[in-house]
Amino acid sequence: MSLAEEKNQELHAGSTIPDEWFRPLKKESQDAEKVSRPSLSYWSDAWQRLLKNKLAMTGLLFLVLLALLAIFGPIFSPHSVREINLPNQNMAPSAEHWFGTDELGRDVFTRTWYGARISLFVGLMAALIDFFIGVIYGGISGYKGGRADNIMMRIIEILYGLPYLLVVILLLVVMGPSLTTIIVALSVTGWVGMARIVRGQVLQLKHLEFVLASQSFGAKTRRIIRKNLLPNTMGPIIVQMTLTVPTAIFAEAFLSFLGLGIQAPYASWGVMANDALPTILSGDWWRLFFPALFISLTMFAFNVLGDGLQDALDPKLRE
Amino acid sequence: MEKILEVKDLEVTFKTYGGEVKAVRGVDFHLMKGETLAIVGESGCGKSVTSNSIMRLIPSPPGKIANGSIVYKGRDITNLSDKEMRKIRGVDISMIFQDPMTALNPTLTIGDQLTEGLKQHQNITSGEAKKQALEMMKLVGIPNPDERLKQYPHQFSGGMRQRMVIAMALICDPDLLIADEPTTALDVTIQAQILDLFGKIQERTGVSIILITHDLGVVAKIADRIAVMYAGKIIEVGSKREIFYDPKHPYTQGLLNSVPRLDIEEDNLIPIDGTPPDLFSPPQGCPFTARCPFAMEVCDKVYPAPSKLSSTHKVGCWLQDERAKHVSNIAGARQ
Amino acid sequence: MLGYILKRFVIMVVTILIIVTLTFILMHAIPGSPFNEERGTSEAVQANLQAHYHLDEPLYVQYLLYLKSIVTFDFGPSIKQPTSTVNDLLGRGFPISLELGLVSVIVAVISGILLGIIAALRHNGLIDYFAMTIAVLGISIPNFILATQLIQTFAVQLKILPAATWSSPQHMVLPVLALATGPMAIIARLTRSSMLEVLTQDYIKMARAKGLSPYKIVFKHALKNALMPVVTILGTLLAGILTGTFVLEKIFAIPGMGKYFVESINNRDYPVIMGTTVFYSAFLIIMLFLVDIAYGLLDPRIKLHKKEAE
Repeated sequence: MSLAEEKNQELHAGSTIPDEWFRPLKKESQDAEKVSRPSLSYWSDAWQRLLKNKLAMTGLLFLVLLALLAIFGPIFSPHSVREINLPNQNMAPSAEHWFGTDELGRDVFTRTWYGARISLFVGLMAALIDFFIGVIYGGISGYKGGRADNIMMRIIEILYGLPYLLVVILLLVVMGPSLTTIIVALSVTGWVGMARIVRGQVLQLKHLEFVLASQSFGAKTRRIIRKNLLPNTMGPIIVQMTLTVPTAIFAEAFLSFLGLGIQAPYASWGVMANDALPTILSGDWWRLFFPALFISLTMFAFNVLGDGLQDALDPKLRE
Repeated sequence: MEKILEVKDLEVTFKTYGGEVKAVRGVDFHLMKGETLAIVGESGCGKSVTSNSIMRLIPSPPGKIANGSIVYKGRDITNLSDKEMRKIRGVDISMIFQDPMTALNPTLTIGDQLTEGLKQHQNITSGEAKKQALEMMKLVGIPNPDERLKQYPHQFSGGMRQRMVIAMALICDPDLLIADEPTTALDVTIQAQILDLFGKIQERTGVSIILITHDLGVVAKIADRIAVMYAGKIIEVGSKREIFYDPKHPYTQGLLNSVPRLDIEEDNLIPIDGTPPDLFSPPQGCPFTARCPFAMEVCDKVYPAPSKLSSTHKVGCWLQDERAKHVSNIAGARQ
Repeated sequence: MLGYILKRFVIMVVTILIIVTLTFILMHAIPGSPFNEERGTSEAVQANLQAHYHLDEPLYVQYLLYLKSIVTFDFGPSIKQPTSTVNDLLGRGFPISLELGLVSVIVAVISGILLGIIAALRHNGLIDYFAMTIAVLGISIPNFILATQLIQTFAVQLKILPAATWSSPQHMVLPVLALATGPMAIIARLTRSSMLEVLTQDYIKMARAKGLSPYKIVFKHALKNALMPVVTILGTLLAGILTGTFVLEKIFAIPGMGKYFVESINNRDYPVIMGTTVFYSAFLIIMLFLVDIAYGLLDPRIKLHKKEAE
């Protein structure tokens, strides 16, 4: 029994209720509309929930650190990314070379942060391009509706069936491997998922506009769009973008590993892993270990952050 | 007449993201054999949680029966094991759900879903199960039962689905049927048919019914007694006649005034202002105080003990106190 | 149902046609054409190419003849291996790749579904947490990275499993493990979330209200509904596993199609690239079609939908 109820019983039992309590309650102390729970705005609520998700926050922290290292990491290193030093080839990690050196004596530490630049750049660019194409295509499809929507959705359905890595390989073979072509090739096939999501959100929006117009909410319209619509529509888009990044990073590493990645002197993690493949048997573990570790950690970080965002942004879970 | 069910001081809480919700806060009621009790209230008042507690179907965690007892035929079922409870579900106590569109499994045939309860609880051959299933479908008014048995839920209309849900609830011949908003999701004409079906079934089987609803029209049609719930408490209980013609709680009065009736002009409908209190931190006094036109200082501070007005009529309201005469006179005059 | 199959079939044919056309256009878009100016190709190879691609004909004739050759399953000669045709390479490599892919799919599907169900039933428990940690790791570690680490651990250091080639069941363990882990993780996560959602459905509550045993509720009422979304992503997973075989065959020196494909990419053996791409794409698209049909068979609602449409 709660404290209030105990007190309640006490009052009944002792009949200690004073007569003057039976006066009508003054109106100003009555507030039927009073909200007793603090109402958080959608974004700060989502942020609070994300903060509580330890795994997602670890991911976010890692990504921030990685971005900083990608930008400033090479500054800490006395070695340049293309500095070839044949006498120093395949040296184990030391005070001079923190992550060791590769078969041309290049510093793995420095190259790892250059790899981070490329991986993050490819991932972010792919997500951004997907976002723009997806918003335009999905937006038109959802907004136009009817026949146009029907045709556009059929096209998406067909594109969805294409094995995207094969198409990307084909494009790279033709266009020749470079950073730009990798991003273009990934975007050619990658926007389909985003377009689907945006279309779904636009359909919701249309429906809501219709409802708003018919009920003439007036000044409240803007508020409703900001409070209800944007959170509902932006949530899935943000999550999709977050999850596009690791897919693109994987694709870049995969293609580099196939020999279709960017060319020397620049190094992506996939290229570094591919170059290090012969060392599996020789015992020069650091060659493979560092690029492998950072690809995996980065993908892991984006995945858990995406999961966390999904949980935090999904209004359905809000009770 | 024997008491089939007695619920005493039931408290149910849910742990949620925002804190602990006290969904049901000390509910008492009983049910006689062959009787229909309606539990009425706005959505979120705890009526569905109450009925789910009787079936022990509260998702746990986060839900929990925190206090009280539910005595079915002399046995407290709040602390039965899951296994023991499974022998009661469907056989002794059955339940009908609100939305027939989601209550049936889309990937299993109607016949399979109708007979699985029988097969679970009785040692029975498939042929015998099918025979009983066909009989039951006839009882609930499904034409061509032989053919319908092989079909999937999506091939049934909403009304037909609800008939099937009722058939599934009744197939093991339970003594207590809990119907949670059984007609809310249906068209008005179908609603009437389903309500008639309840009457017919009760006549045939003598089953006791707990009807959970927010629709006073449904209540008027089939209930014997009515319990009005508000913010996790039963605030007034009485026979149908007492509640409809002599409602004592301002909330019950408000509820009746807000229902469209043929003899009242639409303009004269009086909505109840405001919203129910937040059950994260329920008020210590009467939960209706904030919306009550006759609220007194005492209402805000102390929860009123129930006053017994007749052998069946009980109400928890300070207006029943002698010291509130000056206010209750106004209340009486207004009504 | 028939209408549904027909619609899917049309989409399948169109998709294959797009892939074939795309390959044709892209190969002809390569600056300086891959066929006639390739350095180091012998006279004989040139003649073969000339004969197969009809390079002296107008482009649309070439296209039509190319379509014809694909329909008749003739992918032409290899540039770098003058004695082999693309068909020879496919015939040698594909059965091995198929074996690797198929075993991986089976391992991924069975273990993924089991892991997902267990995690869902122990929702928020220790097993759930453990299973989902494995799943996120499985999604995050690229298959080729996992492969290298598996070799280093089990073949180089512990020396309990062979590191390369494809000659006995032991040889299959590491490549299959590397290939199946990612898809398994995806299936486990999807099964779990879909199972959790299904378990909150009214019909599950109704099944409980009937007094059914937990076993019946999970396996009869929940599982089939929960697996519907898993079936829909099988096609995508197949594509992932198939492309995954390319790198894994390279790492484990498995003489499958992927090995020839990667070689052909590295030395720009265009007919092999084209042939393999078209063959694999068609294979995948047909698989996707079959998955769609299977989905239609599993979900009774789709049948009705089409009946009404007819």
